[in-house]
Amino acid sequence: MDDVILMQNVWKAYPNGVMALNGIDLSVKQGEFVYIVGPSGAGKSTFIKMIFRELKPTRGKIFINNKNIANLRDRQVPYFRRKIGVVFQDFRLLPKLTVYENVAFALEVIEEHPRQIKRRVMEVLDLVGLKHKLRSFPDQLSGGEQQRVSIARSICNRPPVLIADEPTGNLDPETSWQIMDVFRRINEQGTTVVMATHNRDIVNKIRHRVLALEGGMIVRDQQEGDYGYED
Amino acid sequence: MCAISRKVTTAMKIRTLRRHVNESFKSLGRNGWMTFASVSAVTVSLVLVGLFLMVMFNLNKIAGDIESDVEVRVYLDQSMTQAQQDALQRDLKEVKNVQSVRFQSKKEGLDSLMESLGNDRQSFSDLKKENPLPNAFILKTNKPEQTIAVAKAVKSLPDVTDVRYGKGTVEKLFRFINIARNVGIILIIGLLFTSVFLIANTIKLTIVARRREIEIMKLVGATNAFVRWPYFIEGLVMGVLGSIIPVVLVMVVYRFAYYNLGGNLQQMFIRLIPYHIMTTNLSLLLVGIGGLIGVWGSMSSVRKFLKI
Ligand SMILES: Nc1ncnc2c1ncn2[C@@H]1O[C@H](COP(=O)(O)OP(=O)(O)O)[C@@H](O)[C@H]1O
Ligand SMILES: [Mg+2]
Repeated sequence: MDDVILMQNVWKAYPNGVMALNGIDLSVKQGEFVYIVGPSGAGKSTFIKMIFRELKPTRGKIFINNKNIANLRDRQVPYFRRKIGVVFQDFRLLPKLTVYENVAFALEVIEEHPRQIKRRVMEVLDLVGLKHKLRSFPDQLSGGEQQRVSIARSICNRPPVLIADEPTGNLDPETSWQIMDVFRRINEQGTTVVMATHNRDIVNKIRHRVLALEGGMIVRDQQEGDYGYED
Repeated sequence: MCAISRKVTTAMKIRTLRRHVNESFKSLGRNGWMTFASVSAVTVSLVLVGLFLMVMFNLNKIAGDIESDVEVRVYLDQSMTQAQQDALQRDLKEVKNVQSVRFQSKKEGLDSLMESLGNDRQSFSDLKKENPLPNAFILKTNKPEQTIAVAKAVKSLPDVTDVRYGKGTVEKLFRFINIARNVGIILIIGLLFTSVFLIANTIKLTIVARRREIEIMKLVGATNAFVRWPYFIEGLVMGVLGSIIPVVLVMVVYRFAYYNLGGNLQQMFIRLIPYHIMTTNLSLLLVGIGGLIGVWGSMSSVRKFLKI
Protein backbone atom coordinates (compact mmCIF):
# COMPACT_ATOMS: atom_id res chain seq x y z
CA MET A 1 0.00 0.00 0.00
CA ASP A 2 1.75 3.12 -1.16
CA ASP A 3 -1.40 5.20 -1.38
CA VAL A 4 -1.07 8.57 0.31
CA ILE A 5 -4.86 8.89 0.32
CA LEU A 6 -7.17 5.90 0.22
CA MET A 7 -10.93 6.22 0.61
CA GLN A 8 -13.17 3.19 0.91
CA ASN A 9 -16.92 3.63 0.57
CA VAL A 10 -16.96 7.04 2.27
CA TRP A 11 -20.31 8.61 3.06
CA LYS A 12 -21.03 11.94 4.67
CA ALA A 13 -24.39 13.10 5.96
CA TYR A 14 -24.59 16.53 7.57
CA PRO A 15 -26.59 16.77 10.78
CA ASN A 16 -29.44 18.41 8.83
CA GLY A 17 -29.73 15.29 6.68
CA VAL A 18 -27.97 16.55 3.53
CA MET A 19 -25.99 13.70 1.97
CA ALA A 20 -22.86 15.46 0.79
CA LEU A 21 -20.79 12.38 -0.13
CA ASN A 22 -22.33 9.15 -1.35
CA GLY A 23 -19.91 6.26 -1.35
CA ILE A 24 -16.53 7.58 -2.46
CA ASP A 25 -13.81 5.11 -3.44
CA LEU A 26 -10.48 6.59 -4.32
CA SER A 27 -6.76 6.07 -4.26
CA VAL A 28 -4.12 8.78 -4.62
CA LYS A 29 -0.45 7.86 -4.91
CA GLN A 30 2.56 9.63 -3.48
CA GLY A 31 3.48 12.66 -5.58
CA GLU A 32 0.26 12.84 -7.60
CA PHE A 33 -1.47 16.11 -8.51
CA VAL A 34 -5.27 15.81 -8.48
CA TYR A 35 -7.94 18.34 -9.45
CA ILE A 36 -11.39 18.00 -7.89
CA VAL A 37 -13.97 19.56 -10.20
CA GLY A 38 -17.74 19.69 -10.30
CA PRO A 39 -20.67 22.07 -9.97
CA SER A 40 -21.39 24.08 -6.88
CA GLY A 41 -22.77 21.92 -4.08
CA ALA A 42 -21.26 18.75 -5.56
CA GLY A 43 -19.38 18.03 -2.35
CA LYS A 44 -15.89 19.27 -3.20
CA SER A 45 -15.39 21.23 0.02
CA THR A 46 -16.82 18.38 2.06
CA PHE A 47 -14.36 16.03 0.36
CA ILE A 48 -11.45 18.36 1.21
CA LYS A 49 -12.58 18.71 4.83
CA MET A 50 -12.62 14.94 5.23
CA ILE A 51 -8.95 14.70 4.31
CA PHE A 52 -7.71 16.92 7.13
CA ARG A 53 -10.27 15.64 9.56
CA GLU A 54 -12.31 18.77 9.95
CA LEU A 55 -15.19 16.35 9.40
CA LYS A 56 -15.57 12.69 10.23
CA PRO A 57 -17.13 10.37 7.65
CA THR A 58 -20.56 9.05 8.54
CA ARG A 59 -19.48 5.73 7.11
CA GLY A 60 -16.37 4.31 5.44
CA LYS A 61 -12.61 4.45 5.88
CA ILE A 62 -10.12 7.16 5.02
CA PHE A 63 -6.47 6.16 5.08
CA ILE A 64 -3.91 8.94 5.03
CA ASN A 65 -0.39 7.53 4.88
CA ASN A 66 -1.91 4.12 5.67
CA LYS A 67 -3.57 5.32 8.85
CA ASN A 68 -7.34 5.24 9.11
CA ILE A 69 -8.30 8.71 10.28
CA ALA A 70 -12.00 7.87 10.57
CA ASN A 71 -11.39 6.46 14.04
CA LEU A 72 -8.66 8.87 15.08
CA ARG A 73 -9.08 10.08 18.65
CA ASP A 74 -9.74 13.78 19.19
CA ARG A 75 -6.45 14.24 20.97
CA GLN A 76 -4.53 12.69 18.08
CA VAL A 77 -6.08 15.03 15.52
CA PRO A 78 -3.60 17.91 16.06
CA TYR A 79 -0.64 15.61 15.44
CA PHE A 80 -2.32 14.23 12.34
CA ARG A 81 -2.98 17.76 11.01
CA ARG A 82 0.70 18.61 11.18
CA LYS A 83 1.18 16.22 8.27
CA ILE A 84 -1.43 17.89 6.07
CA GLY A 85 -1.04 21.33 4.53
CA VAL A 86 -4.26 23.23 3.86
CA VAL A 87 -4.91 26.26 1.65
CA PHE A 88 -8.21 28.11 1.33
CA GLN A 89 -9.80 30.54 -1.06
CA ASP A 90 -9.75 33.30 1.58
CA PHE A 91 -6.06 32.93 2.61
CA ARG A 92 -6.77 33.01 6.36
CA LEU A 93 -3.81 35.16 7.36
CA LEU A 94 -3.56 37.06 10.63
CA PRO A 95 -3.78 40.77 9.73
CA LYS A 96 -1.67 42.01 12.63
CA LEU A 97 1.26 39.76 11.87
CA THR A 98 3.88 40.30 9.18
CA VAL A 99 4.48 37.84 6.38
CA TYR A 100 7.34 36.30 8.32
CA GLU A 101 5.31 36.11 11.54
CA ASN A 102 2.30 34.57 9.81
CA VAL A 103 4.40 31.67 8.58
CA ALA A 104 6.40 31.35 11.78
CA PHE A 105 3.17 31.27 13.79
CA ALA A 106 2.29 27.88 12.31
CA LEU A 107 5.57 26.45 13.58
CA GLU A 108 5.48 28.24 16.93
CA VAL A 109 2.13 26.81 17.92
CA ILE A 110 3.38 23.28 17.34
CA GLU A 111 6.38 24.19 19.51
CA GLU A 112 9.09 23.90 16.88
CA HIS A 113 12.57 25.00 17.89
CA PRO A 114 13.12 28.75 17.27
CA ARG A 115 16.29 28.22 15.23
CA GLN A 116 14.55 25.67 13.00
CA ILE A 117 11.63 28.06 12.62
CA LYS A 118 13.78 30.87 11.31
CA ARG A 119 15.54 28.67 8.79
CA ARG A 120 12.40 26.97 7.59
CA VAL A 121 10.37 30.18 7.24
CA MET A 122 13.05 31.73 5.05
CA GLU A 123 13.17 28.56 2.99
CA VAL A 124 9.45 28.46 2.24
CA LEU A 125 9.21 32.21 1.64
CA ASP A 126 11.99 31.75 -0.90
CA LEU A 127 10.06 28.91 -2.50
CA VAL A 128 6.95 31.04 -2.99
CA GLY A 129 9.04 34.03 -4.08
CA LEU A 130 8.26 36.36 -1.19
CA LYS A 131 11.54 36.53 0.66
CA HIS A 132 11.78 40.26 -0.07
CA LYS A 133 8.37 40.95 1.54
CA LEU A 134 8.85 39.29 4.87
CA ARG A 135 8.25 42.49 6.86
CA SER A 136 5.07 43.45 5.02
CA PHE A 137 1.65 43.06 6.52
CA PRO A 138 -1.10 41.17 4.66
CA ASP A 139 -2.99 44.35 3.74
CA GLN A 140 0.11 45.66 1.99
CA LEU A 141 0.12 42.65 -0.34
CA SER A 142 -1.85 41.73 -3.46
CA GLY A 143 -4.28 38.82 -3.32
CA GLY A 144 -1.84 36.59 -5.13
CA GLU A 145 0.94 37.45 -2.70
CA GLN A 146 -1.32 36.78 0.26
CA GLN A 147 -2.20 33.39 -1.15
CA ARG A 148 1.50 32.64 -1.58
CA VAL A 149 2.05 33.46 2.08
CA SER A 150 -0.74 31.08 3.02
CA ILE A 151 0.80 28.39 0.82
CA ALA A 152 4.17 28.99 2.46
CA ARG A 153 2.52 28.54 5.82
CA SER A 154 0.80 25.34 4.75
CA ILE A 155 4.02 23.65 3.67
CA CYS A 156 6.39 24.91 6.37
CA ASN A 157 6.02 21.71 8.36
CA ARG A 158 6.87 19.64 5.23
CA PRO A 159 3.54 17.86 4.96
CA PRO A 160 3.45 14.93 2.50
CA VAL A 161 -0.02 16.08 1.41
CA LEU A 162 -1.18 19.57 0.42
CA ILE A 163 -4.90 20.15 -0.04
CA ALA A 164 -6.40 23.33 -1.43
CA ASP A 165 -10.04 24.42 -1.68
CA GLU A 166 -10.40 26.78 -4.64
CA PRO A 167 -7.06 28.50 -4.01
CA THR A 168 -7.44 30.72 -7.07
CA GLY A 169 -11.12 31.46 -6.49
CA ASN A 170 -10.46 35.05 -5.39
CA LEU A 171 -7.65 35.80 -7.81
CA ASP A 172 -7.44 37.24 -11.32
CA PRO A 173 -6.28 34.90 -14.12
CA GLU A 174 -2.70 36.13 -14.28
CA THR A 175 -2.18 35.80 -10.54
CA SER A 176 -3.78 32.35 -10.66
CA TRP A 177 -1.04 31.19 -13.01
CA GLN A 178 1.59 32.33 -10.53
CA ILE A 179 -0.12 30.35 -7.79
CA MET A 180 -0.18 27.28 -10.03
CA ASP A 181 3.52 27.72 -10.58
CA VAL A 182 4.05 27.57 -6.81
CA PHE A 183 1.97 24.41 -6.60
CA ARG A 184 4.00 22.90 -9.43
CA ARG A 185 7.21 23.52 -7.51
CA ILE A 186 5.81 22.01 -4.35
CA ASN A 187 4.52 18.99 -6.27
CA GLU A 188 7.91 18.53 -7.91
CA GLN A 189 9.45 18.21 -4.45
CA GLY A 190 7.33 15.08 -3.99
CA THR A 191 4.35 16.54 -2.17
CA THR A 192 0.96 15.14 -3.14
CA VAL A 193 -1.39 17.97 -4.13
CA VAL A 194 -5.21 17.77 -4.09
CA MET A 195 -6.94 20.90 -5.36
CA ALA A 196 -10.64 21.62 -5.65
CA THR A 197 -11.17 24.19 -8.37
CA HIS A 198 -13.61 25.97 -10.69
CA ASN A 199 -10.84 27.27 -12.91
CA ARG A 200 -11.47 25.76 -16.32
CA ASP A 201 -8.48 27.32 -18.07
CA ILE A 202 -6.02 26.05 -15.52
CA VAL A 203 -7.38 22.48 -15.53
CA ASN A 204 -7.38 22.34 -19.33
CA LYS A 205 -3.94 23.88 -19.69
CA ILE A 206 -1.96 22.27 -16.87
CA ARG A 207 -3.03 18.69 -17.31
CA HIS A 208 -3.26 16.48 -14.23
CA ARG A 209 -5.57 13.78 -12.97
CA VAL A 210 -9.16 15.07 -12.78
CA LEU A 211 -11.83 13.80 -10.38
CA ALA A 212 -15.32 15.05 -11.17
CA LEU A 213 -17.81 15.08 -8.30
CA GLU A 214 -21.55 15.37 -8.81
CA GLY A 215 -24.13 14.90 -6.10
CA GLY A 216 -21.49 13.54 -3.78
CA MET A 217 -20.32 10.84 -6.18
CA ILE A 218 -17.26 10.49 -8.40
CA VAL A 219 -18.62 10.59 -11.91
CA ARG A 220 -15.28 10.78 -13.71
CA ASP A 221 -11.68 9.89 -12.83
CA GLN A 222 -9.39 10.75 -15.68
CA GLN A 223 -5.59 10.93 -15.99
CA GLU A 224 -4.47 14.13 -17.81
CA GLY A 225 -8.17 15.02 -17.81
CA ASP A 226 -9.99 18.16 -18.89
CA TYR A 227 -12.36 20.38 -16.95
CA GLY A 228 -15.43 19.17 -18.78
CA TYR A 229 -17.98 21.82 -17.69
CA GLU A 230 -19.07 24.96 -19.48
CA ASP A 231 -19.29 27.43 -16.54
CA MET B 1 11.01 12.76 5.25
CA CYS B 2 10.61 15.24 8.09
CA ALA B 3 13.97 16.91 8.46
CA ILE B 4 12.87 19.03 11.38
CA SER B 5 13.67 17.12 14.53
CA ARG B 6 10.91 16.77 17.05
CA LYS B 7 11.49 15.92 20.63
CA VAL B 8 8.45 14.58 22.39
CA THR B 9 8.39 16.06 25.85
CA THR B 10 5.52 16.08 28.30
CA ALA B 11 6.83 18.95 30.39
CA MET B 12 6.12 22.34 28.94
CA LYS B 13 9.07 24.10 27.45
CA ILE B 14 10.11 27.34 29.11
CA ARG B 15 9.71 29.40 25.97
CA THR B 16 6.22 27.97 25.50
CA LEU B 17 5.27 28.94 29.02
CA ARG B 18 6.71 32.40 28.44
CA ARG B 19 4.63 32.68 25.29
CA HIS B 20 1.43 31.68 27.10
CA VAL B 21 2.09 34.17 29.90
CA ASN B 22 2.81 36.93 27.35
CA GLU B 23 -0.34 36.19 25.43
CA SER B 24 -2.51 36.23 28.53
CA PHE B 25 -1.14 39.51 29.84
CA LYS B 26 -1.52 41.06 26.40
CA SER B 27 -5.23 40.34 26.35
CA LEU B 28 -5.69 41.28 30.02
CA GLY B 29 -4.38 44.69 28.99
CA ARG B 30 -6.37 44.85 25.79
CA ASN B 31 -9.65 44.20 27.63
CA GLY B 32 -8.65 46.58 30.41
CA TRP B 33 -12.10 47.62 31.54
CA MET B 34 -13.59 44.15 31.49
CA THR B 35 -10.56 42.88 33.35
CA PHE B 36 -11.04 45.62 35.91
CA ALA B 37 -14.73 44.82 36.31
CA SER B 38 -14.06 41.10 36.73
CA VAL B 39 -11.26 41.63 39.22
CA SER B 40 -13.49 44.05 41.16
CA ALA B 41 -16.31 41.52 41.28
CA VAL B 42 -13.95 38.90 42.63
CA THR B 43 -12.65 41.45 45.14
CA VAL B 44 -16.12 42.33 46.42
CA SER B 45 -17.11 38.67 46.70
CA LEU B 46 -13.94 37.69 48.47
CA VAL B 47 -14.11 40.61 50.92
CA LEU B 48 -17.50 39.35 52.00
CA VAL B 49 -16.36 35.74 51.99
CA GLY B 50 -13.36 36.72 54.09
CA LEU B 51 -15.29 38.67 56.70
CA PHE B 52 -18.00 36.03 56.83
CA LEU B 53 -15.56 33.18 57.29
CA MET B 54 -13.66 35.19 59.89
CA VAL B 55 -16.81 35.49 61.98
CA MET B 56 -18.05 31.97 61.29
CA PHE B 57 -14.76 30.31 62.16
CA ASN B 58 -14.70 32.11 65.47
CA LEU B 59 -18.34 31.43 66.28
CA ASN B 60 -17.78 27.79 65.51
CA LYS B 61 -14.78 27.65 67.76
CA ILE B 62 -16.61 29.42 70.59
CA ALA B 63 -19.63 27.16 70.19
CA GLY B 64 -17.35 24.18 70.23
CA ASP B 65 -15.61 25.41 73.35
CA ILE B 66 -18.92 25.99 75.08
CA GLU B 67 -20.37 22.74 73.86
CA SER B 68 -17.58 20.73 75.38
CA ASP B 69 -18.28 22.75 78.51
CA VAL B 70 -21.97 21.94 78.65
CA GLU B 71 -22.38 20.23 81.93
CA VAL B 72 -24.66 20.12 84.90
CA ARG B 73 -23.07 21.09 88.19
CA VAL B 74 -24.48 19.84 91.44
CA TYR B 75 -23.01 21.84 94.31
CA LEU B 76 -22.73 20.00 97.62
CA ASP B 77 -23.65 21.42 100.95
CA GLN B 78 -20.59 21.81 103.22
CA SER B 79 -22.34 19.72 105.85
CA MET B 80 -22.76 16.54 103.75
CA THR B 81 -21.06 13.41 105.05
CA GLN B 82 -18.95 11.12 102.88
CA ALA B 83 -21.72 8.46 103.03
CA GLN B 84 -24.33 10.95 101.83
CA GLN B 85 -22.03 12.01 99.00
CA ASP B 86 -21.45 8.42 97.89
CA ALA B 87 -25.20 7.76 97.93
CA LEU B 88 -25.84 10.87 95.84
CA GLN B 89 -23.16 9.91 93.36
CA ARG B 90 -24.85 6.49 92.86
CA ASP B 91 -28.24 8.19 92.39
CA LEU B 92 -26.83 10.66 89.87
CA LYS B 93 -25.41 7.83 87.76
CA GLU B 94 -28.92 6.35 87.55
CA VAL B 95 -30.44 9.52 86.05
CA LYS B 96 -31.48 9.10 82.43
CA ASN B 97 -29.07 10.45 79.76
CA VAL B 98 -26.25 11.06 82.17
CA GLN B 99 -23.02 10.06 80.54
CA SER B 100 -20.59 10.60 83.36
CA VAL B 101 -20.42 11.84 86.91
CA ARG B 102 -17.21 13.32 88.19
CA PHE B 103 -16.38 14.62 91.64
CA GLN B 104 -14.68 18.01 91.76
CA SER B 105 -13.21 19.08 95.05
CA LYS B 106 -13.28 22.73 96.04
CA LYS B 107 -9.55 22.99 95.34
CA GLU B 108 -9.87 21.61 91.82
CA GLY B 109 -12.77 24.01 91.23
CA LEU B 110 -10.61 26.97 92.18
CA ASP B 111 -7.66 25.81 90.07
CA SER B 112 -9.79 25.51 86.94
CA LEU B 113 -11.33 28.90 87.61
CA MET B 114 -7.86 30.46 87.90
CA GLU B 115 -6.82 28.71 84.72
CA SER B 116 -9.73 30.16 82.74
CA LEU B 117 -9.06 33.67 84.02
CA GLY B 118 -5.73 33.72 82.24
CA ASN B 119 -3.91 37.02 82.62
CA ASP B 120 -6.52 38.45 84.96
CA ARG B 121 -5.86 35.91 87.68
CA GLN B 122 -3.75 38.29 89.82
CA SER B 123 -6.81 40.35 90.72
CA PHE B 124 -8.48 37.24 92.13
CA SER B 125 -5.42 35.91 93.95
CA ASP B 126 -6.86 36.59 97.42
CA LEU B 127 -9.46 33.88 96.66
CA LYS B 128 -6.66 31.42 97.28
CA LYS B 129 -6.48 32.42 100.94
CA GLU B 130 -10.04 31.43 101.62
CA ASN B 131 -11.64 29.23 98.97
CA PRO B 132 -15.37 30.08 98.74
CA LEU B 133 -16.17 27.31 96.27
CA PRO B 134 -18.08 24.19 97.39
CA ASN B 135 -17.39 20.62 96.36
CA ALA B 136 -19.37 19.55 93.32
CA PHE B 137 -20.41 16.72 91.06
CA ILE B 138 -20.01 17.47 87.38
CA LEU B 139 -22.39 15.64 85.06
CA LYS B 140 -21.96 15.24 81.33
CA THR B 141 -25.04 14.44 79.34
CA ASN B 142 -25.10 12.25 76.25
CA LYS B 143 -26.13 15.22 74.08
CA PRO B 144 -25.97 18.98 74.77
CA GLU B 145 -29.73 19.40 74.27
CA GLN B 146 -30.46 16.93 77.14
CA THR B 147 -28.89 19.33 79.61
CA ILE B 148 -32.12 20.92 80.76
CA ALA B 149 -34.01 17.64 81.28
CA VAL B 150 -31.12 16.17 83.22
CA ALA B 151 -30.83 19.29 85.39
CA LYS B 152 -34.53 19.04 86.27
CA ALA B 153 -34.31 15.34 87.09
CA VAL B 154 -31.29 15.93 89.28
CA LYS B 155 -32.99 18.73 91.15
CA SER B 156 -35.72 16.35 92.33
CA LEU B 157 -33.22 14.04 94.02
CA PRO B 158 -32.98 14.16 97.83
CA ASP B 159 -30.16 16.24 99.37
CA VAL B 160 -29.76 18.32 96.23
CA THR B 161 -30.30 22.05 96.54
CA ASP B 162 -28.02 23.85 94.08
CA VAL B 163 -27.98 22.78 90.42
CA ARG B 164 -26.47 24.92 87.67
CA TYR B 165 -26.34 24.52 83.88
CA GLY B 166 -25.85 26.59 80.67
CA LYS B 167 -29.53 27.74 80.62
CA GLY B 168 -29.96 27.48 76.86
CA THR B 169 -27.27 29.97 75.86
CA VAL B 170 -25.68 27.25 73.86
CA GLU B 171 -28.89 26.48 72.01
CA LYS B 172 -29.35 30.14 71.22
CA LEU B 173 -25.80 30.42 69.97
CA PHE B 174 -26.15 27.36 67.78
CA ARG B 175 -29.41 28.61 66.34
CA PHE B 176 -27.79 31.97 65.57
CA ILE B 177 -24.80 30.33 63.95
CA ASN B 178 -27.06 28.20 61.77
CA ILE B 179 -29.07 31.15 60.53
CA ALA B 180 -26.01 33.29 59.95
CA ARG B 181 -24.35 30.44 58.10
CA ASN B 182 -27.32 29.83 55.79
CA VAL B 183 -27.87 33.48 54.95
CA GLY B 184 -24.14 34.00 54.44
CA ILE B 185 -23.75 30.96 52.25
CA ILE B 186 -26.61 31.94 49.95
CA LEU B 187 -25.30 35.49 49.63
CA ILE B 188 -21.78 34.34 48.96
CA ILE B 189 -22.72 31.68 46.44
CA GLY B 190 -24.64 34.34 44.54
CA LEU B 191 -21.63 36.64 44.56
CA LEU B 192 -19.21 33.92 43.57
CA PHE B 193 -21.36 32.93 40.61
CA THR B 194 -21.53 36.55 39.53
CA SER B 195 -17.74 36.69 39.59
CA VAL B 196 -17.43 33.47 37.61
CA PHE B 197 -19.88 34.83 35.08
CA LEU B 198 -18.00 38.13 34.70
CA ILE B 199 -14.70 36.37 34.25
CA ALA B 200 -16.24 33.99 31.74
CA ASN B 201 -17.48 37.02 29.81
CA THR B 202 -14.11 38.74 29.82
CA ILE B 203 -12.44 35.61 28.54
CA LYS B 204 -15.14 35.25 25.91
CA LEU B 205 -14.26 38.72 24.61
CA THR B 206 -10.65 37.69 24.32
CA ILE B 207 -11.55 34.52 22.53
CA VAL B 208 -13.89 36.21 20.09
CA ALA B 209 -11.18 38.75 19.32
CA ARG B 210 -8.88 35.84 18.57
CA ARG B 211 -11.25 33.45 16.89
CA ARG B 212 -9.31 33.66 13.67
CA GLU B 213 -6.07 32.97 15.46
CA ILE B 214 -7.51 29.93 17.20
CA GLU B 215 -8.93 28.67 13.94
CA ILE B 216 -5.52 28.87 12.31
CA MET B 217 -3.83 27.32 15.31
CA LYS B 218 -6.14 24.34 15.06
CA LEU B 219 -5.67 24.20 11.33
CA VAL B 220 -1.92 23.84 11.57
CA GLY B 221 -2.10 21.28 14.36
CA ALA B 222 -1.82 23.12 17.70
CA THR B 223 -3.12 20.95 20.53
CA ASN B 224 -6.16 21.98 22.54
CA ALA B 225 -3.97 22.29 25.61
CA PHE B 226 -1.74 24.76 23.78
CA VAL B 227 -4.74 26.84 22.71
CA ARG B 228 -6.20 26.70 26.20
CA TRP B 229 -3.18 27.69 28.30
CA PRO B 230 -3.24 31.49 27.83
CA TYR B 231 -6.91 31.60 28.84
CA PHE B 232 -6.24 29.42 31.84
CA ILE B 233 -3.51 31.82 32.95
CA GLU B 234 -5.69 34.83 32.20
CA GLY B 235 -8.49 33.51 34.43
CA LEU B 236 -6.08 32.52 37.16
CA VAL B 237 -4.45 35.95 37.16
CA MET B 238 -7.80 37.74 37.38
CA GLY B 239 -8.90 35.53 40.26
CA VAL B 240 -5.69 35.92 42.20
CA LEU B 241 -5.57 39.69 41.59
CA GLY B 242 -9.09 39.84 42.97
CA SER B 243 -7.98 38.20 46.20
CA ILE B 244 -5.25 40.72 47.09
CA ILE B 245 -7.45 43.40 48.66
CA PRO B 246 -9.57 40.86 50.58
CA VAL B 247 -6.44 39.25 52.03
CA VAL B 248 -5.05 42.58 53.19
CA LEU B 249 -8.41 43.60 54.59
CA VAL B 250 -8.81 40.38 56.51
CA MET B 251 -5.38 40.87 58.06
CA VAL B 252 -6.14 44.43 59.12
CA VAL B 253 -9.64 43.76 60.40
CA TYR B 254 -8.63 40.67 62.31
CA ARG B 255 -5.68 42.44 63.83
CA PHE B 256 -8.05 45.06 65.16
CA ALA B 257 -10.65 42.54 66.31
CA TYR B 258 -8.18 40.20 67.91
CA TYR B 259 -6.12 42.74 69.81
CA ASN B 260 -8.97 45.06 70.79
CA LEU B 261 -12.02 42.88 71.27
CA GLY B 262 -10.06 39.78 72.16
CA GLY B 263 -9.18 41.08 75.63
CA ASN B 264 -12.77 41.98 76.50
CA LEU B 265 -14.05 38.64 75.29
CA GLN B 266 -11.50 36.81 77.35
CA GLN B 267 -13.06 38.19 80.50
CA MET B 268 -16.20 36.43 79.37
CA PHE B 269 -14.15 33.23 79.03
CA ILE B 270 -14.33 33.43 75.22
CA ARG B 271 -11.17 32.93 73.23
CA LEU B 272 -10.76 33.92 69.58
CA ILE B 273 -8.71 31.94 67.07
CA PRO B 274 -5.08 33.15 67.31
CA TYR B 275 -4.12 35.91 64.86
CA HIS B 276 -1.50 34.08 62.83
CA ILE B 277 -3.43 30.87 62.48
CA MET B 278 -6.52 32.74 61.35
CA THR B 279 -4.86 35.08 58.85
CA THR B 280 -2.60 32.45 57.33
CA ASN B 281 -5.40 29.98 56.74
CA LEU B 282 -7.93 32.54 55.60
CA SER B 283 -5.46 34.20 53.20
CA LEU B 284 -4.61 30.90 51.56
CA LEU B 285 -8.28 30.06 51.35
CA LEU B 286 -9.15 33.39 49.74
CA VAL B 287 -6.35 33.19 47.18
CA GLY B 288 -7.43 29.62 46.46
CA ILE B 289 -11.08 30.54 45.99
CA GLY B 290 -10.06 33.50 43.81
CA GLY B 291 -7.89 31.32 41.58
CA LEU B 292 -10.61 28.70 41.36
CA ILE B 293 -13.24 31.25 40.35
CA GLY B 294 -10.94 32.63 37.67
CA VAL B 295 -10.00 29.29 36.21
CA TRP B 296 -13.55 28.04 36.31
CA GLY B 297 -14.85 31.15 34.55
CA SER B 298 -12.24 31.05 31.84
CA MET B 299 -12.38 27.32 31.19
CA SER B 300 -16.16 27.40 30.88
CA SER B 301 -15.77 29.96 28.09
CA VAL B 302 -12.98 28.16 26.28
CA ARG B 303 -14.75 24.82 26.18
CA LYS B 304 -17.33 26.00 23.68
CA PHE B 305 -14.71 27.29 21.30
CA LEU B 306 -12.50 24.25 21.25
CA LYS B 307 -14.76 21.66 19.68
CA ILE B 308 -12.82 20.00 16.93
N1 LIG C 1 -22.21 22.55 7.28
C1 LIG C 1 -23.14 22.07 6.44
N2 LIG C 1 -24.33 21.68 6.93
C2 LIG C 1 -25.27 21.19 6.10
N3 LIG C 1 -25.10 21.01 4.79
C3 LIG C 1 -23.94 21.40 4.25
C4 LIG C 1 -22.90 21.94 5.05
N4 LIG C 1 -21.84 22.20 4.25
C5 LIG C 1 -22.23 21.84 3.00
N5 LIG C 1 -23.48 21.35 2.99
C6 LIG C 1 -24.22 20.82 1.83
O1 LIG C 1 -23.50 19.71 1.35
C7 LIG C 1 -23.48 19.72 -0.07
C8 LIG C 1 -22.03 19.76 -0.56
O2 LIG C 1 -21.47 21.02 -0.22
P1 LIG C 1 -19.95 21.39 -0.49
O3 LIG C 1 -19.12 20.27 -0.05
O4 LIG C 1 -19.68 22.72 0.12
O5 LIG C 1 -19.94 21.50 -2.07
P2 LIG C 1 -18.96 22.29 -3.04
O6 LIG C 1 -17.74 22.67 -2.29
O7 LIG C 1 -18.71 21.33 -4.14
O8 LIG C 1 -19.71 23.48 -3.53
C9 LIG C 1 -24.30 20.91 -0.49
O9 LIG C 1 -25.62 20.46 -0.75
C10 LIG C 1 -24.30 21.81 0.72
O10 LIG C 1 -25.47 22.56 0.79
MG1 LIG D 1 -16.84 24.55 -1.93
